[in-house]
Parts: sequence; structure tokens; C-alpha cells
Amino acid sequence: MREELLSLIETNSRIDLKELAVILGVEEIDVVNELAALEKEGIICGYHTLIDWDKTSLEKVTALIEVRVTPKSGEGYDEVAERIYNYPEVNSVYLISGGFDLMVILEGKSLRAVSAFVSEKLATLDAVLSTATHFILKKYKDHGTILDKNPTDEREMITP
Amino acid sequence: MKNPLSDMCVAIKPSGIRKFFDVASEMKDAISLGVGEPDFDTPQHIRDEGVYSLQKGHTHYTSNSGLKELKAEICNYLHRKYGLEYDFNSEVLVTVGGSEAIDIAMRAMLNPGEEVIIPQPSFVSYEPCAVLAGGKPVVVELRAEDEFRLKARQLRDAVTEKSKLLVLPFPNNPTGAIMERADLEAIAEVVIENDLYVLSDEIYSEMTYKGEHVSITSLPGMRDRTILINGFSKSYAMTGWRLGYACGPRLILEQMTKVHQFAIMCAPTTSQYAAIDALRNGDEDVKRMCTAYNQRRRYLVNAFREMDLDCFEPYGAFYIFPSIKEFGMTGEEFALRFLEEERVAVVPGSAFGDCGEGYLRISYAASMENLKTAMSRLERFIGRLRAERG
Repeated sequence: MREELLSLIETNSRIDLKELAVILGVEEIDVVNELAALEKEGIICGYHTLIDWDKTSLEKVTALIEVRVTPKSGEGYDEVAERIYNYPEVNSVYLISGGFDLMVILEGKSLRAVSAFVSEKLATLDAVLSTATHFILKKYKDHGTILDKNPTDEREMITP
Repeated sequence: MKNPLSDMCVAIKPSGIRKFFDVASEMKDAISLGVGEPDFDTPQHIRDEGVYSLQKGHTHYTSNSGLKELKAEICNYLHRKYGLEYDFNSEVLVTVGGSEAIDIAMRAMLNPGEEVIIPQPSFVSYEPCAVLAGGKPVVVELRAEDEFRLKARQLRDAVTEKSKLLVLPFPNNPTGAIMERADLEAIAEVVIENDLYVLSDEIYSEMTYKGEHVSITSLPGMRDRTILINGFSKSYAMTGWRLGYACGPRLILEQMTKVHQFAIMCAPTTSQYAAIDALRNGDEDVKRMCTAYNQRRRYLVNAFREMDLDCFEPYGAFYIFPSIKEFGMTGEEFALRFLEEERVAVVPGSAFGDCGEGYLRISYAASMENLKTAMSRLERFIGRLRAERG
């Protein structure tokens, strides 16, 4: 049930407990207990809302920043990653294989705000060797959800 | 002028679904739970293989019985899933959907007047195909109290000295019924005892929600008397590709291939290439879709229970078959009013045989969101009907 439960709430964290119990074919109390266990084990880390900010009147820019760093002996990448993720502007930090080390995803109010963060805060860190900033122009799909979609059903109304 | 028509053809009733379809197709804003095909699109990687095959210029006929690679993959699949052994060279025929396989199996096997035992409610094609092949359909009426499974006793009662072929359509469209191993063993006994052949239409085999699907072909003594039909439409959401297959003893397959060769030549080449990929890389997709169907199935079973609507719990396909006998109207009257008053399309059970009267086929090949809306409308509708009846 664990895997199926997780994949259900991954795309709909607001689904109600009774419905979860019905479609998983278990008792409601089992769902409650399993969710509590998943939270306790740190497997469920939060219940977020997927927002298409482009449809609001708020100005927001998202940037992906490739960061090359010097790992610290004994600490590896963890110390510099922590230094970076502690900035509230930073949305996500991933350690990446390949041509650079850390992928930093950042949200700012404007291009200028993001640029300022990169040049003043990120690039000046001792461990950071270089940065390459990519601004997101349009989000087509986020967290498995296609934004701006109009699903169409091409099937006939009635078929045998 | 001479009558241009064949009497045999004219005598065949048009599908009961057609009439209702004409009304439903006018209502574009309705939610449809009347569809006999998956709501998922074909998985992207399978579609890609179809596209690549076109780009590579695979635009010609294949051999009559289908691409060798595909037939080999079909045999692998049947072995890995159901423990069946077929020789891909002589015991597999790739057809234009499972429907063609039903037709040509009957044409290859039936002599005039030989009887075909058809359990109903079931898919609309068996009876007309039997007639067109010169056979005589003998209907066995499945019963709700048996969860619409075929019972050995019913089969025994239907057998005459003219009986030749038993159609075994499980998991079943429209009832969602399955046959478990013990059910099949009892049937196999009667089949062998009376020297019958079986046309086992297992097109919904992947959509089994209680244990694993069992193919009657895997039971002792059954392989040489069974034509197994399966295909890609339901399990891989490939209805539009029109691809199915038949497996069985060489003696019968040779004759089926002959009919297929003269009527069809070969199944669509593009679809055959895509199907190879479906069998090689599609297991995860099947699992994903069946998990979703099963969730919706549980949702509907529970919703009917809460509405106090009489319904057995189905364990197969993507249909649920509630009884509407308490409302004192025919399935067609119910479906029509439900469509007009609540804008939800369901299919009257009578479309699948006279004994389907008093039931509705509700397809859960529809999004959870649509199912929820449809159920709240159904609840409102039957509340109104109950109030009308006092």
C-alpha cells in the first residue's frame, strides 16, 4: 500500500482520507497510521501546492544555476551545499554528476534580484569556482503536471 | 431489380449499442461512462516505435500471419505471464484486433448447423459472427447470483450432439466478471467430456483485480482444444491500432490463416512494429494503468454501496454492472433518462444480450474526476426515481 499511497498523494495531497481508504481498499485508520509513519520517517517531507505563478499578477523569475565548487576535505560538498541552501531565496539544491557540481534553483522577484544574488552572494563564496545562470522562460510541465493543458477525449461517446 | 442483399446478413440485428449511441453522440457536454476502451492514450514509447517504423520505410505488407519478431514476443509474453507454450511459426496469427480473430476462428471451425455456446451478457460480436460463419448460436444466460460466472451445470445443460464450440469471454465485457482457476477447471471437465472446443477471449486478461488471470489453455487437456484470443487494445491502450492475435493448435491456425490471408492479407505493419515494443517494454505501463483502474473500481463499488444500488463486486476488465431492477424500468429507459436529465452516458445491459436487461454497463475507463461527478449525478437521479416510486 505504501508505494500506491505515495504516488496518489504525490499528485493530490488534498485527497481525503476516506477516499484514500476506499480506492486503496483498506481501512481509514490504516491510511492515517501509514501517513503518520511516512511523516515520522521523513519520507513525506511536506504537502505543497503546485502554483502556476505566471497566471498571477505577481512578478517572479526562476533561475537554474549551475555551480562549480571546490569540495572541502572531510566534508565533501555538504558544507558548501548547506551554505547555499540556507539562503531563503534558494528553492532547491542538488548535487549533480557531470560538468558541474551543484544545481541551484532560485526564485526572485526580478532578473535584477536574481543577478544580484548570484553576483553578490553566490559567486563570492570561497568554495565557488564558477556559476552559469539560466533563466526559465516558460514552464510547460512541473512536478508531473502539464500546465496550460486542455485535456481532450477523442473517444466516441458509446462503444461496445 | 433483384434483392441486392443477403438474407443471412439482413437477419442480423444491428448492435443494440448503436441506437443508444445515436442519441448519446448528440450530447457533446455529457460525461461518458459508456466507452469500451481505455481513457489512457497509447504510452509514448510505443507510439514512437510506430513512428520510427514509418520513418524507416517499413510501409509494406508483412507475412500473412504477422512479423516473426512480433509472434516470437507474443509467445514470450504468454509464456512469462500464463505459462503457455506456443510455436511462433505455426501456432500464432496476428490479427486486426481481437475482433477479427473471433470472426475467422468461427469461420475456420464451424460447419452449417453446428452449435456455438455463447454465455451472455457478453461482447456483441460472438452471436453475429457465429451466424455469419453458418453456425447456430446457443445462448447461456449468466446470472447475477453466480457473479456472472459460467457454471459447469449451465454448460452441461446447453450441450447437444451438435455443440462444437464454447465461447469463453472472461474477464468479461460488460459484467466485469472473472473466472478463477476452480471455475475454469469445472468448465474444462465438461468441455473434455463432451469433446467441445473453446474460443477463449482473454482480451481483458491484464485487468484482473483478484489474484492472477488464469487462461483455460493452461489446464490439462485444454491446449489442443482452445483458440486463445488476446490483443493490444485494452492492455496497452492501443484500440486505434487495431491489433490482436490468436494462438492455438496448428490444425486450426492454418485454416484461420487462410481466411485471414484472403480477407485481410496482414495486420497493419506500423501497428505490428509498435506492438513489439509494447511487449518488450510495456510492463510498467500496464501496471500503472491497471493500478488506476483498480482504484476507480474500488471507488465505484463503494459508491454503489453507499447509494444502496444492487451490484456484485466485479474483479475484471473495466466495467461494473449494477442492477436497476428496483426502478421498474428497462435499462434503455433508465439510460436514456439518465442521459437527458443528468448528462451521463451509460450503456443498457440489454445491448449485450437479453439477459442483460435490468442492468447497466458502467465503464470506469474514465478519469476519477469524471467518475466522481457522474456518481453524484447518479445519486441525485436515483434519489429522484425512488421518490417518484414512493
